[in-house]
Amino acid sequence: MRLVTREAFRAFRRAPGLSALAVAAIGFSLFTTGLYALVALNFRGALEGLAERVEIVAFLMRGTPPETVTLASQDIAAFPEVLEVNYVSAEEALKRAQQELEEFREAYKELSSNPLPASLEIRLKPAYRSAAAARAVADRLAGFAFVDDVRYGREWVERLDQLRRLASVVQFMIGIAFAIVAMAIIGVTIRITVLQRAGEIAIMRLVGATNNFIRGPFVLEGAIKGVLGGLLALVLCWAGFTLFKAALGTDLPDLRFFRPLDLLVILLFGTLIGLLGSLLSVGRHLKAV
Amino acid sequence: MIRFSHVTKIWPNGAPALRDISFHVPKGQFVFLTGHSGAGKSSILSLISAHERPTEGDVRVANLSLRTLRQGEVPKLRRRLGIVFQDFRLLDDRTTDENVAFALEVTGAPRAAIPGRVMRVLTQVGLASKARSYPKELSGGEQQRVAIARALVNDPPILLADEPTGNLDERATRSVFQLLRDINASGTSVIMATHNMELVRGTTYRNLELKQGQMVYDSQDEPLVEMAE
Repeated sequence: MRLVTREAFRAFRRAPGLSALAVAAIGFSLFTTGLYALVALNFRGALEGLAERVEIVAFLMRGTPPETVTLASQDIAAFPEVLEVNYVSAEEALKRAQQELEEFREAYKELSSNPLPASLEIRLKPAYRSAAAARAVADRLAGFAFVDDVRYGREWVERLDQLRRLASVVQFMIGIAFAIVAMAIIGVTIRITVLQRAGEIAIMRLVGATNNFIRGPFVLEGAIKGVLGGLLALVLCWAGFTLFKAALGTDLPDLRFFRPLDLLVILLFGTLIGLLGSLLSVGRHLKAV
Repeated sequence: MIRFSHVTKIWPNGAPALRDISFHVPKGQFVFLTGHSGAGKSSILSLISAHERPTEGDVRVANLSLRTLRQGEVPKLRRRLGIVFQDFRLLDDRTTDENVAFALEVTGAPRAAIPGRVMRVLTQVGLASKARSYPKELSGGEQQRVAIARALVNDPPILLADEPTGNLDERATRSVFQLLRDINASGTSVIMATHNMELVRGTTYRNLELKQGQMVYDSQDEPLVEMAE
């Protein structure tokens, strides 16, 4: 093990330029992938923010007794899809309308009676904020005798659904493309390091080193390069993220950076790419010579 | 120690390298392989070191048969051989003693024993004082001595030398050749491929001459039929 470590570090000392190039290749490849992941992450966050607004409103018949509404609210709250049920009385509805719809404020003031019905506002649990779930809940609500009408902004919810589906397919495909390009660049860089040391490998074989012994230092060297490349990518991502945020100013919804677990995954991914890339490259070389 | 039995080697492109070669090198013998370029000298050394496998026939080296030797066992065979080349093949970024120690390290020799064995073999080749020099700081003859020290440090019973004096001036040639003779005198079999007929004529060592992949002369003059046993 000591020998493997020594040989791996010797490789860095002997070809610092090439080692730096390999680290940079891994770093920049992971950086572009990471930057893309950040965009995808925040885009998904924004879509989820939109989905939070999916709400179903059941307008109640006039003169429905409050007890009936209370009992029905409890039933509705027990639906598996439902997060919370909020009763809005006719008076409250009028007050809200006067506050929120400024242009009609005067018109509402002159009314002798309240034209607005009472309603139940229903918010759905995150997993059920889709068109299908909203429709199912709306249909069930329409079944209550005291419910006059149910609205949930069907078109809007369906659009949101489509957008989310499209986003996840596009994100997945672009993500895969980025990862493939990153692995190709890293693979080529590692291959160059192996070829650069072909003479040394030949001598190791000449004096009776086993293939496993020859692989050891290369694999360790690849893993170290992977870790360094991963760190470089994280620093670059953080710098890019900070600059982007500063350029946009403060009027943007909360953009978020990677969580600690994401950071660890990126670092591990870098290590794994370095390690496997080296293992494959040196394996191919050993088979060819 | 080394036995070729009706060995034929055809390259993948169909060109023949060796045709029906049979000979036996007993323990401790010094053998010259001579012939023009392309006659098959290096092919014979490549077969002995299992860099190549015979197309037909069998090669036995230190009780290992190339016909049954698995690829994973090749390092086992190489550890019974020392090999030196015309171009030395030293690692430029390592000092003399590191180059020699490398051969011990990769074969998993106990760490504590390495410095002693390295100095012993460097003394044997007359380079103890250059232990900390890099290859670039050494003359061609000295570099070849380092390569020989590296080949010997594992105490192999066989030393293969492929044109070891090909890149050296006359004086260095004589001293390297004398070193090989000393090594042989201590019991190691030496197989040396060379163009230098002066070296061959100046000794009584056995000479195997090759021409276009066939053995045309064996100074030991053994009838070929007997060797096929």
